[in-house]
Amino acid sequence: MAKHATPLLDQLESGPWPSFVSDLKQEAESRAKNEKGVEHQIPQDVCEDILGILELSYKHGRTHWKHGGIVGVFGYGGGVIGRYCDQPEMFPGVAHFHTLRINQPGGKFYNTKFLRQLCDLWDFRGSGMTNMHGSTGDIVLLGTTTPQLEEIFHTITHDMNQDLGGSGSNLRTPSDCIGQARCEYACYDTQDLCYALTMEYQDELHRPAFPYKFKFKFDGCPNCCVASIARSDMSFIGTWKDDIRIDKKAVAAYVGGEIPPNAGAHSGRDWGKFDIVKEVINLCPTKCMSYEGGKLSINNRECTRCMHCINVMPQALRIGNEKGVSILVGAKAPILDGAQMGSLLVPFVKVEEPYDKIKEVIEAIWDWWMEEGKNRERLGELIKRQGFQKLLEATGIKAIPQHVKEPRTNPYIFWKEDEVKGGWDRDINEFRKHHQR
Amino acid sequence: MDKEAGQKTVLDFLKKKSKSKSKFYLKDFNALFPEDKPRVVKNLVNQMVQEEILEYWSSGSTTLYGKKGAGKQAAAEHED
Ligand code: HEM
Ligand code: HEM
Ligand code: SF4
Ligand code: SF4
Repeated sequence: MAKHATPLLDQLESGPWPSFVSDLKQEAESRAKNEKGVEHQIPQDVCEDILGILELSYKHGRTHWKHGGIVGVFGYGGGVIGRYCDQPEMFPGVAHFHTLRINQPGGKFYNTKFLRQLCDLWDFRGSGMTNMHGSTGDIVLLGTTTPQLEEIFHTITHDMNQDLGGSGSNLRTPSDCIGQARCEYACYDTQDLCYALTMEYQDELHRPAFPYKFKFKFDGCPNCCVASIARSDMSFIGTWKDDIRIDKKAVAAYVGGEIPPNAGAHSGRDWGKFDIVKEVINLCPTKCMSYEGGKLSINNRECTRCMHCINVMPQALRIGNEKGVSILVGAKAPILDGAQMGSLLVPFVKVEEPYDKIKEVIEAIWDWWMEEGKNRERLGELIKRQGFQKLLEATGIKAIPQHVKEPRTNPYIFWKEDEVKGGWDRDINEFRKHHQR
Repeated sequence: MDKEAGQKTVLDFLKKKSKSKSKFYLKDFNALFPEDKPRVVKNLVNQMVQEEILEYWSSGSTTLYGKKGAGKQAAAEHED
């Protein structure tokens, strides 16, 4: 018999999808049975109480969680998010229910030993409930009490060789796609760049330095598997400068039906014979491809590297050889002023250790944002408020056509003093020689 | 920046404000040091947290700073 009746939550289990309610009930049951004899360091019935408080919130139509707190591990300003409920008598198991963000491994590569350690730790010192992964990328450990924090931190850092992630007005845990470890589309080593910048900016990650949150994400190619373009203040997207490499024989094999399109990803249904004109040429967003007399050609000057043709015919078309990264800035979720995608700042830079060119851009942006950004103002909002031109000045980047989003809508041109010969100062006597009063 | 003088400026400011407020944004401290870069001020107040003079308060998305033990939170959550 469950500790609290949860008729409203039970209803959520009736749909076709896996339900977090079922997961919570399963964990509640497993903690109650405790077959492994774990010495639970936080209330054994924490999952019962989380179900209970959520049911109450549904009943009342308002939350019973308070916001924030003075929790953290010594020396760190991020990684722990304090949560307290406002009905501790009714739900003592969740009186404290703090969340920990743990830095996920590069590309989210795990071995089973690490996952077992993580689960054991969380059964022992937490609620047993995790979120793999939070939208920022971290391993999210849900629900523990203040006295457990330092203990957990010790185990994570000493036994698991891992660290807390970012939260609050910090650099958030950088995250990356699997990149060159598995993926032939990767234009640079996402994991190396992600790791190098994570190590370089430890201080920014752990000790609040900014007006608000700041996110880096690394995608090896424009397929954007970690959605950096939509979710990070600075998004690093792999790209190439030269031509898409074409293997004519393989093109013929796709056309002839010997190789399934999209690497067979859509083979669950019969879509009919592969039609290269309909499915590739006509879908190229810049109309820069043609297929005539059995010959595929690409006007690479017009290609925007959208990846579509390469995704459909990966054996016939390959990314170019001159590879690098594009840096986009200012993406954010819709809290203020609506959601925003990243805007292109650096169209192409080679990704070369020790990544000094990339660090220069990052640090110039931080200096500008730390100086000019208001409290709780994301980089994207500052760019909107002060203008993209201000960002170009702050980073010392020259305006280029790729920075132009749309034709101008403002007919006025305002010159700055240093753009005018002699500045604003005029010799009045020289002027009077030619103009009477 | 002179560390001791800097810490004193921060503490004087917190004392002056203590009747009305116990938690502050990093930017509030920047305003106390108009001559210094935000990065220098950040290092000063973060150092004060390391020395347990100040403490962080975080909503999860935003971080505030206050004098250690000041304000209601610790007492209200039975954490003091
Ligand atoms: C380099 C020389 C000049 C420049 C660049 C200039 C520019 C302008 C501009 C841009 C406006 C429109 C302001 C607005 O719509 O808000 C304007 C208005 C006007 N200007 Fe000039 N102007 C110049 C010389 C003159 C001269 C020499 C006269 C007369 C002798 C003159 C008389 C006027 C008048 C009567 C208006 C309309 C004012 C109103 O509607 O409120 N301007 N001028
Ligand atoms: C390089 C020289 C000049 C420039 C760049 C200039 C520019 C302008 C501009 C931008 C306007 C406003 C147009 C609008 O949006 O309605 C304007 C209006 C006007 N300008 Fe000029 N102007 C010049 C010389 C002059 C001179 C020498 C005179 C007279 C001696 C003059 C008389 C006027 C008048 C009367 C108007 C108002 C017209 C109206 O309101 O319909 N402008 N000028
Ligand atoms: S973003 Fe591109 S390189 Fe990275 S995993 Fe996805 S397809 Fe591969
Ligand atoms: S990558 Fe996109 S833009 Fe470039 S040729 Fe292929 S379909 Fe066209």
